Amino acid sequence: MEAFLLQLAAGIATGGIYASVALAIVMIYQATHHVNFAQGEMATLSTFIALTMIQAGLPYWVAFAGTLVVSFVMGALVERLIMRPVQHAPILTHVGVYIGMLLIIGNMTGWVFGYTIQMFPSPFEGGKPMLGGLFSSHQLGSVVVTLAVLILVYLFFTKTSLGLAMRAAAYNPRSARLVGIRVDVMLALGWGLAAAIGSVAGMMVAPIVFLDPNMMLGILLYAFAGALLGGIDNPPGAVMGGFLVGVLENLAGAYIVGTDLKLTVALVIIIGVLVLKPSGLFGRVVFTRV
Amino acid sequence: MNASPARFLLVVAGLAAALAPLWVLESFHLFQLTMAVIMSLAVLGLNIVTGYNGQISLGHGAFFAIGAYVTSILMAQADWSFYATLPFAAAICGMVGYAVGLPALRLGGLYLALVTFSLAVAVPQLLKHKALEAWTGGVQGLFLMKPDPPRWLTSVLPLNADQYMYLNVLIVSGICFLLAWNLIRGRIGRALMATRDHPTAAEAMGMDIAALKTGAFAVSAMITGVAGALSAVAVEFVAPDSFTFLLSITFFVGMVVGGVASILGSIFGGLFVLFVPNIAESISRAAPGVIYGMILIIFLFLLPEGFAGLVRRLLAKLSSPGNPQPK
Repeated sequence: MEAFLLQLAAGIATGGIYASVALAIVMIYQATHHVNFAQGEMATLSTFIALTMIQAGLPYWVAFAGTLVVSFVMGALVERLIMRPVQHAPILTHVGVYIGMLLIIGNMTGWVFGYTIQMFPSPFEGGKPMLGGLFSSHQLGSVVVTLAVLILVYLFFTKTSLGLAMRAAAYNPRSARLVGIRVDVMLALGWGLAAAIGSVAGMMVAPIVFLDPNMMLGILLYAFAGALLGGIDNPPGAVMGGFLVGVLENLAGAYIVGTDLKLTVALVIIIGVLVLKPSGLFGRVVFTRV
Repeated sequence: MNASPARFLLVVAGLAAALAPLWVLESFHLFQLTMAVIMSLAVLGLNIVTGYNGQISLGHGAFFAIGAYVTSILMAQADWSFYATLPFAAAICGMVGYAVGLPALRLGGLYLALVTFSLAVAVPQLLKHKALEAWTGGVQGLFLMKPDPPRWLTSVLPLNADQYMYLNVLIVSGICFLLAWNLIRGRIGRALMATRDHPTAAEAMGMDIAALKTGAFAVSAMITGVAGALSAVAVEFVAPDSFTFLLSITFFVGMVVGGVASILGSIFGGLFVLFVPNIAESISRAAPGVIYGMILIIFLFLLPEGFAGLVRRLLAKLSSPGNPQPK
């Protein structure tokens, strides 16, 4: 039982990471109806920027805030410079551009910052194990941060007029434009927000898995699985999905398939959800009219 | 182009260009060219399902890996001859492709890309798994031998094993390209493209969309699988880490750069993905990825039809100077 609880706790902790990347994916999906394959690479780059700031002597939370700003600008720029020109192109072009960005950002990160695996500091270091020894202080801290981000995003989308405008721009761009919403600006904002959320995920996961240019590849898949499981158009659902995938992955790794097939668990979840319940557990069912 | 003597000349020139390297190139460069032909074949497979049928696959490295492993296991563990393993590899890849095509029926563009992408990421892990280790050799992989040229051939043409391999790859690929070309320009090819461009209309015209889509996946996987089988023998070695998701992405890049929905483009694509990274690698370890990514995006922005589209445009301009070509 003790071992089971430990696995469960570890699953919840990694699930928190997946949840924040899943949230970033859903954000992009809400703003553009696309899934950004380069999300993980962008988050890794942000984490390296954070590390550089910390090594330059900035206090952790200052570096944290700085990274959020830089990532936001980066995301908005990517939308403006790379996605905007192909906005109305076929899906194959979008996938190609995402893959191109994945290659460029991933390899540039390795080129600039090197391929050696680096330690990344945690702001929650040094505390004793909590909640009956099930969670390390960093694990608990990162779950709290994820939940805080989720609540902020939720409040932003439901309580502010800017959030409302963003939802309107994604839901029905033409009508939104008619009532005076600047749809282009909303798209860029959506990308910026997603990049910022992704950078939080990167900074929270780096102390656990250590920082290297390929850090996010596996995480991205789990996050996709989580986003699909929760429903790709539902931010709280995606967070739930992320936690669920984390727990499933850990339990399956410990008791069913062994650690060497963990990634395959993500694959099975993705295919299972898409085939059995494409709208996810908490998503809206969309009907296609012929 | 329609005049048959011109076409005949073109075919002869193409054959000569394909065969000349046998005597012109030395061993290492001949090996590279062999791999480029194999890559072209793999890109052709991807092109059938993604280019002609519009189902985006980012996981064709998986089929390549399966083809390579089927051939290697049969050769290394069961002592089969290389030629006997090829139909086997093709059949198994075709079946797996069909099986992947079934859930793909329910998934639209981006989701399919996502699922196949995760398939590509999971492949090395599956190959390393302990349950398969007895056959696959686990992380260590399997070693093979290139087939030696038979005596009747060496008595006429003195070829070493590398040259013989190139000849084999050329013949197998040539047959696959011919078959694919035949498939695409015929009734089925048109049905595939109709399904891609307007599924509702295609269905209204009485086409069986489900059969076409799964069939396209099966044929595509078969061709890419044969390419994998050839590569295993040409390299004389397979190991799980040769089949990372980057391989699938390489095929995708080759398809876009060579030309989406173009048979000729697949050849350009194969040459591109083999030779450009080699050149770029001399700059930095990261450079091939960065250059790949940039070229990919530049092509998508400026030349969405790839090299093949460029060639087509130039030819059209040459054949009728002064006349603006209808698009």
